[in-house]
Amino acid sequence: MEAFDTLVLILASTMRLTVPLLLAALAGLYSERAGVFDIGLEGKMLAGAFAAGATAAVTGSAWAGLGMAVVVAVALSLVHGFASITHRGNQIVSGVAINFVAAGLTALLGQAWFQQGGRTPQVSGDARFSPIVLPFTEEIAAVPILGPVYRSLLSGQNLLTWIAFLAVPLSFYVLYRTRFGLRLRAVGENPAAVDTAGISVTWLRYRAVIICGVLTGLAGTYLAIAQSANFVKDMSAGKGYIALAALIFAKWKPVPVMFACLLFGFLDAVAIRLQGTPVPFIGTVPVQIFQALPYVLTVILLAGFIGTAVPPKAGGVPYTKER
Amino acid sequence: MSRPFGQLPGWADYVLMPVLNLGVAFGISALVVLFIGESPWEALTTMLDGALGRGEGIGYTLFYATNFIFTGLAVSVAFHCGLFNIGGEGQAYIGGLGAALVALAFDQVLPWWLTAPIAILAAASFGAAWALIPAWLQATRGSHIVITTIMFNFIAAALMVYLLVNVLKVPGAMAPETRTFAAGGQLPKLGWLLELFGLKIGAAPFNVSFLIALVAAFGVWVLIWRTRFGYEIRATGISPSAAIYAGIPYVRLVVVTMLISGGLAGMMALNPVMGDAQRLQVEFVGGAGFVGIAVALMGRSHPLGIVFAAILFGVLYQGGAELAFWIPTISRDMIIVIQGLVILFAGALEHMFRPALVALFARAIPARAG
Amino acid sequence: MTQTAAAPPAIELVGIDKSFGQVHANRDINLAVAAGSIHGIIGENGAGKSTLMSILYGFYQADRGDILIGGQKTVIRDSAAAIAAGIGMVHQHFMLVENFTVLENVMLGAEGGATLARGTAAAREELKRIEREYGLDVDPDAVIEELPVGRQQRVEILKALFRGAEILILDEPTGVLTPAEADHLFRILKVLKEQGKTVILITHKLREIMAITDTVSVMRRGELVATRRTAETTVEELAELMVGRRVLLRVDKGPAAPREVRLGVENLTVRDGRGVTMVDDVSFAVRAGEIVGIAGVAGNGQSELLEAIAGIRRPASGTITLGGKSVGGLDPAALRRRGLAHVPEDRHHMGLVLPFEENENAILGYHGAPEYCRGPFLSLDAMRRDAKAKIEKYDIRPPNCRLRTANFSGGNQQKIVLAREIERDPDVLIIGQPTRGVDIGAIEFIHRRIVEMRDAGKAILLVSVELDEIRALADRILVMFAGRVVGEERPDCGEQTLGMMMAGVSGGQGASA
Repeated sequence: MEAFDTLVLILASTMRLTVPLLLAALAGLYSERAGVFDIGLEGKMLAGAFAAGATAAVTGSAWAGLGMAVVVAVALSLVHGFASITHRGNQIVSGVAINFVAAGLTALLGQAWFQQGGRTPQVSGDARFSPIVLPFTEEIAAVPILGPVYRSLLSGQNLLTWIAFLAVPLSFYVLYRTRFGLRLRAVGENPAAVDTAGISVTWLRYRAVIICGVLTGLAGTYLAIAQSANFVKDMSAGKGYIALAALIFAKWKPVPVMFACLLFGFLDAVAIRLQGTPVPFIGTVPVQIFQALPYVLTVILLAGFIGTAVPPKAGGVPYTKER
Repeated sequence: MSRPFGQLPGWADYVLMPVLNLGVAFGISALVVLFIGESPWEALTTMLDGALGRGEGIGYTLFYATNFIFTGLAVSVAFHCGLFNIGGEGQAYIGGLGAALVALAFDQVLPWWLTAPIAILAAASFGAAWALIPAWLQATRGSHIVITTIMFNFIAAALMVYLLVNVLKVPGAMAPETRTFAAGGQLPKLGWLLELFGLKIGAAPFNVSFLIALVAAFGVWVLIWRTRFGYEIRATGISPSAAIYAGIPYVRLVVVTMLISGGLAGMMALNPVMGDAQRLQVEFVGGAGFVGIAVALMGRSHPLGIVFAAILFGVLYQGGAELAFWIPTISRDMIIVIQGLVILFAGALEHMFRPALVALFARAIPARAG
Repeated sequence: MTQTAAAPPAIELVGIDKSFGQVHANRDINLAVAAGSIHGIIGENGAGKSTLMSILYGFYQADRGDILIGGQKTVIRDSAAAIAAGIGMVHQHFMLVENFTVLENVMLGAEGGATLARGTAAAREELKRIEREYGLDVDPDAVIEELPVGRQQRVEILKALFRGAEILILDEPTGVLTPAEADHLFRILKVLKEQGKTVILITHKLREIMAITDTVSVMRRGELVATRRTAETTVEELAELMVGRRVLLRVDKGPAAPREVRLGVENLTVRDGRGVTMVDDVSFAVRAGEIVGIAGVAGNGQSELLEAIAGIRRPASGTITLGGKSVGGLDPAALRRRGLAHVPEDRHHMGLVLPFEENENAILGYHGAPEYCRGPFLSLDAMRRDAKAKIEKYDIRPPNCRLRTANFSGGNQQKIVLAREIERDPDVLIIGQPTRGVDIGAIEFIHRRIVEMRDAGKAILLVSVELDEIRALADRILVMFAGRVVGEERPDCGEQTLGMMMAGVSGGQGASA
């Protein structure tokens, strides 16, 4: 029974750690399926987290924080779009630049405004997205297996968690069942086909990066005022890159993206759980192994040892009308 | 025949455009300072004074510049081959392991000038080794090197923390770092060099690595523009299909180029590990691998440009530290912002002003000729 | 113009003019295409045909001039406007999303609603109707990348018809087709015409114009120089109009004096990246002192054959010999050292590194030769001296070896490649499309050099899709079709014989020996 409780705890922690990854990876999905590579997920998430933390601290409203996070992340997305769509710049370079600007500005402004070493003040109550307790949680708590699972995994999740997981089927629907999705997938494979079909490549790609901005804004909001109670300098801590790895691992498909994020979230949860505690029969496992595992797995995947990850064909290539 | 669309005179391409792009980046940085409520002019003078005002400041500036020359060269060599090595950070980190192991092994046996060459070799080969797998995967399996090198940065970070915490740490000590190297594992400071100009080095860790970096820069120039291998690198970087036609072996070329790139990144570790801290510490690279991207972009992948760009970033880093000290509302993170803006404008948006400039020149030149 | 006044022309262009920088791509073009006809536009590469059609399809805006569709002045600002005006275009490079199904490709841009569910059913019905009506046989659920080229092209036509195109423009549609597929295409075009559609066919192949069009316009250097009823013109007249003078590609050369075999190819089979057999069990020999020409419609394996001989592509099976010794598996550098020189078909992507200085390109592939190197270093002096000598000998203009190669004209770029490959005094020279995109003056120069090489006792293999060029230069002609050598002819054989063989209709006397 103790093992089961531990498992539920790890799974609950997995859920919490998966959310920002999932939102960021889905963000990357829209951008990259449209042919715009984005290694700036990290920066946008961080900027979103800061905007959410700062706004929530000042206004006392989580919703205001969410709104500002989305605005800021979308603004950075538009910079990426301006560089890589309008000016046909190098998408990798642009992404790197955005990560730096976000890392620098959040810490700089945080220090200048709040003087807490780059943190924003702690918030609580309405300034955070609090857990939503589902009905009957206590009533069925005593039911074995079902009770703890219901209480720890389903009930008590906050709004953004629900949004993140609902975004998965929604993204699937958008991508494969709507006109926008058809065009989005087409523009990532062959923008010339889209152009000659009388559709604006530029506007289509801009819409994709805007969606990417919205989702990274949500991811940042989650970090700052749902999972934590304030923004902390560099709090994205490489999650944007893990999300990128998950996106590749899932071969740019929405449902597999969720499973990849759950896997990477699980690894993280296990690492936290195992910190310093010896595992039976194995002894102490260094946490670094779990930290490195998502990256190692992604490299192995990229090497073609677990199927092949074929990126969108026009990804990373600016579109020029050429005859 | 007509000139291809969008061409500029050489000086405009190599001087005017970077200066223009840099100007915009700094202009926006000034706005950021203004936004915080400080005076950009005061910030600028504080920075310049802190970085170049005294011998110690200059020493620090050149110390930082040393890091950036190495990492900038690393990025640029790969650029010439059409590869984006974003893994300088990890390669430098692992390079530090090589340098530290040599220093730990020989510091009590050999004088520094015998340890140093071995350490250079070790740092370079460790850095190169860390670039090998991404290089090989890119060359033979087409795995995107940008992604694999990013992944290797994180793997390196995890590996190094593990090693420092569990293997290399001094028993009983708290800090995850090696013991301090003895004199044989320390690179001497270049106080005498500054004294030639009447400057006092003070506490600045400006050391022999700087000279090694300059030699490396010259070496890269020779490699790229004066050797057969450099010719092959450039041909492959510009036109892979022409390179295949010419019989240039792609796999070998990509792997060797990345080894050189990783080696240069690895050598960066000499400066902070043996030249400054005299021990191996967690996260000693401190983003220099990424600064290398900005430096290479700004220096247009030319060693001379890289040295200048590296010194400029040295000024930013040292000046930024001073700035944070004198104007506490502007933290050191200001440098990161400037760095990001430089990458944005000198890199991703490098062609933003090109059409306007081309039009300007097109209007000016026939007028002169006619 | 001889059309009846009753119906306005489907398309009328009035005074269309377009420049790119200093290049005047279209000069004052006036053209009327009668509704329900097939109109050909013919001209050499670079004559401005594609630019004109891109203006019609909204890719470019004309600097001056008007477009009238069905008598109405129409502004075509982008592809969407062209589609709305009833214009459909089949591009030379297909505008298809390769991992989409036929249906998805057809629907792209005409989905019939924000969600796909309803539109898909309707589109499927409409597609079936179009297929029946025009005899286009394509499975709507097939994935594009799994279809042969001919069918992919039919998807392009389907796309246009699905959008209600009344005017269909086809840009060099047969370049990638086998003759059988081309015949099928022509049948489709005839059906389209019977159904009242207007077809504009852009090509540089005279045969196609004569076979299918009602009227034909000739373009030359950006100008529309003539419009004729096809029934009232001849191949000779059109050819003359295209080039601007009588095309008599006659090269002064004496009879060949072939000696020993220098290049031998036996049972060579080459597959492309997808595993499709491109060269199928080909055998032939090239002797010292002769030019062997390989004729054929583009895409019948000539490119792959050249690349296999040059060491760029690894053959699936068979042997290649140089001077009697097998050289299978050697890389291009090793082959060069053994006396094989290669002028590639595509100088922009293979023969030259365009941003390099001229003198750097003048050693590409030979950059390891001892005269250009001192140890691992390059000798810039030697490189530049050598480049200057070649510039003088080949009259390359401008005579500046430090200039970026991209700044030279096509003809001069080709001379740079040719000088590099010929001046190494190779035993065997393989040449692909020696005069593609090269001006007339340079063509003559290049042809003369090739014959001189033959007379100097070199073995030369020449691949060209220009039949006239092959006939003028080669001493023996091998015809390739569908990856096989289907016959060998003498250059003075009838053009018709060669044409039939290129179309895969019949083999000559030496077929698949």
